[in-house]
Amino acid sequence: MADLHVSFAGIAFKNPVLTASGTFGFGREYGEYYDLSELGGVCVKGLTAAPRLGNPAPRIAETAMGMLNSVGLQNPGVDEFIRAELPFLRRYDTRVIANISGNTVSEYGEMAAKLSDAGVDIIEVNVSCPNVHAGGMQFGTDPRAVAEVTREVRRNSRVPVMIKLSPNVTDIAEIARAAEGAGADAVSLINTLLGMKIDVNTRKPVLANNTGGLSGAAVLPVAVKMVWQVRNAVSIPILGMGGIFTGEDAVEMLLAGADMVAVGTANFTYPDAPLRVRDGIAKYLDAKKIRSVTELSGAVEMH
Amino acid sequence: MPTQAIYTISDMRNLAEDVISMTFIAPEIARSAAAGQFIHIKCGHSRPLRRPISISDVSGDKLTVIFEVRGAGTRWLASRDIGRKVDILGPLGHGFGDTFSGGIIVVGGGIGAAPMLFAAKAAKRKAHSVTAVLGFRSQANVILTDEFDAVCDGLVTTTDDGTAGLRGNVSAPLEELLNTKKYGAVLACGPKPMLRAVAEMCAIHKIHCEISLEERMGCGVGACLVCACLMHNGERMSRVCKDGPVFDAKEVVWNG
Ligand SMILES: Cc1cc2nc3c(=O)[nH]c(=O)nc-3n(C[C@H](O)[C@H](O)[C@H](O)COP(=O)(O)OP(=O)(O)OC[C@H]3O[C@@H](n4cnc5c(N)ncnc54)[C@H](O)[C@@H]3O)c2cc1C
Ligand SMILES: Cc1cc2nc3c(=O)[nH]c(=O)nc-3n(C[C@H](O)[C@H](O)[C@H](O)COP(=O)(O)O)c2cc1C
Ligand code: FES
Repeated sequence: MADLHVSFAGIAFKNPVLTASGTFGFGREYGEYYDLSELGGVCVKGLTAAPRLGNPAPRIAETAMGMLNSVGLQNPGVDEFIRAELPFLRRYDTRVIANISGNTVSEYGEMAAKLSDAGVDIIEVNVSCPNVHAGGMQFGTDPRAVAEVTREVRRNSRVPVMIKLSPNVTDIAEIARAAEGAGADAVSLINTLLGMKIDVNTRKPVLANNTGGLSGAAVLPVAVKMVWQVRNAVSIPILGMGGIFTGEDAVEMLLAGADMVAVGTANFTYPDAPLRVRDGIAKYLDAKKIRSVTELSGAVEMH
Repeated sequence: MPTQAIYTISDMRNLAEDVISMTFIAPEIARSAAAGQFIHIKCGHSRPLRRPISISDVSGDKLTVIFEVRGAGTRWLASRDIGRKVDILGPLGHGFGDTFSGGIIVVGGGIGAAPMLFAAKAAKRKAHSVTAVLGFRSQANVILTDEFDAVCDGLVTTTDDGTAGLRGNVSAPLEELLNTKKYGAVLACGPKPMLRAVAEMCAIHKIHCEISLEERMGCGVGACLVCACLMHNGERMSRVCKDGPVFDAKEVVWNG
């Protein structure tokens, strides 16, 4: 069988399939369905310095082959994560990626310091959450702000720093270059695309927050194109995500230039979606007689 | 232990206009299901989100749900036939308690009567006396009264327009029951205003009350926090899919 091992930002992963932040909690629930050690890694729910209750309901709306969410970073706070959740995840032989969102640049730095001391494998910096007013996407759409946050996290972290990019920008390559220039060890993309759904009977948006982030199969071509754009702009590794449901979806993302992939919305449809994706990649490699998954990365042949 | 698998529809019939009873041969789910739990049903390839539907009855390897056609997903489900296969995840969620002492009242409003049949049967199996109070809009919407009649020690039906049973909602007959005797618990499912009225009445009568809540869902297993609502005096969020859908009425923040 083909070799699924990947080295990403200097960290060894047993396979290139992770779970996308915010779709997988802290692993406990899906851990009831399969052994989390089967995963390349788990990106945990977005953490903030203080606990957050998130946005009012409804927080979800189904769209054509996709969904909008407006959860708004509900989480118990970084300290509670380190106390109550990280030890649970550490019982599994899988990588743990902590996803952080700050209200200020210094908050990003403080969280990164705590989490890197607590022993996570990578810090994923969310500068792209569309569902919070302060912080989030406001940083991720301005290359200077992205550089500033990246530098601050890099300075405070002993583990690799991965910047999660927003697709809600004119030129994602410019943002990726700003992150790389400021010392980012990797980038991940895409976060959700801003969207809105209106109930034609009530004339009101379905989401109580009015707008939300689009994810799921509908966004795959957007994500593939953006990963390809970023691959051509930077040389640091890329975690590709957005709409991956099958092994072939993941292969597309890898060919476009990703080094690993994350599975998000697909978990809601199939609790074992990441394992289906992993097995689908292996099947593809075997069928094409490709020895290592690393051979796929960026191997798209453009017209 | 919940499972996700493809199960066959073994029976299907209309209980009222756009209200369908659907039975699946789903041994893994049927054997571990508890009253108040739900299943998460995939409604066609083009809809990534599963639809949560409460379990209405189990019997051996069979599991029955009763659902109303509301939108595209439930319409798709209603268009299946006996012998067709459906992708189901379940059983999910935290159901009704089963350690009460004394008589139980089950209250169901509209389609909310469906899960209360399972609750009534479960309570009966624990040798409780069970009284059902069911409320519907009109005679055309009345469902399951024969099934409740067969398991319950008492049954009161109401309709808003008085075309069947007592005229009005479930409040008056419930109040009357609570005034006559000390019950062990009131268990309820239905529209939110009804649940709130039931909860307030139980609080006054100091009767333990459990209610089943509805919220739009993503994962259905507790991971995405899409279904979270404010609970416990507004101090904490609870997930309707995992911590609920059944909650102690005292924990619910009604205008949250
Ligand atoms: C725990 C639980 C148990 C339920 N049990 C039953 C039952 O036994 N019988 C029954 O008829 N209905 C039940 N419902 C409601 C049922 O889930 C919705 O009617 C159904 O999801 C509507 O889907 P749709 O595609 O037809 O409607 P659409 O309006 O097209 O659905 C669009 C999206 O909104 C969601 N949605 C719409 N209405 C609701 C709602 N009321 N609750 C939750 N999500 C909703 C859908 O799941 C879907 O994701 C239950 C809901 C919950 C949360
Ligand atoms: C319900 C939900 C919650 C999310 N929460 C977060 C979050 O807390 N932090 C974050 O960086 N991304 C979050 N995301 C974005 C995902 O990690 C991912 O970038 C996006 O959904 C695209 O992948 P997908 O189409 O496979 O879901 C969330 C997505 C969903 C659907
Ligand atoms: S639906 Fe995902 S946590 Fe409840």
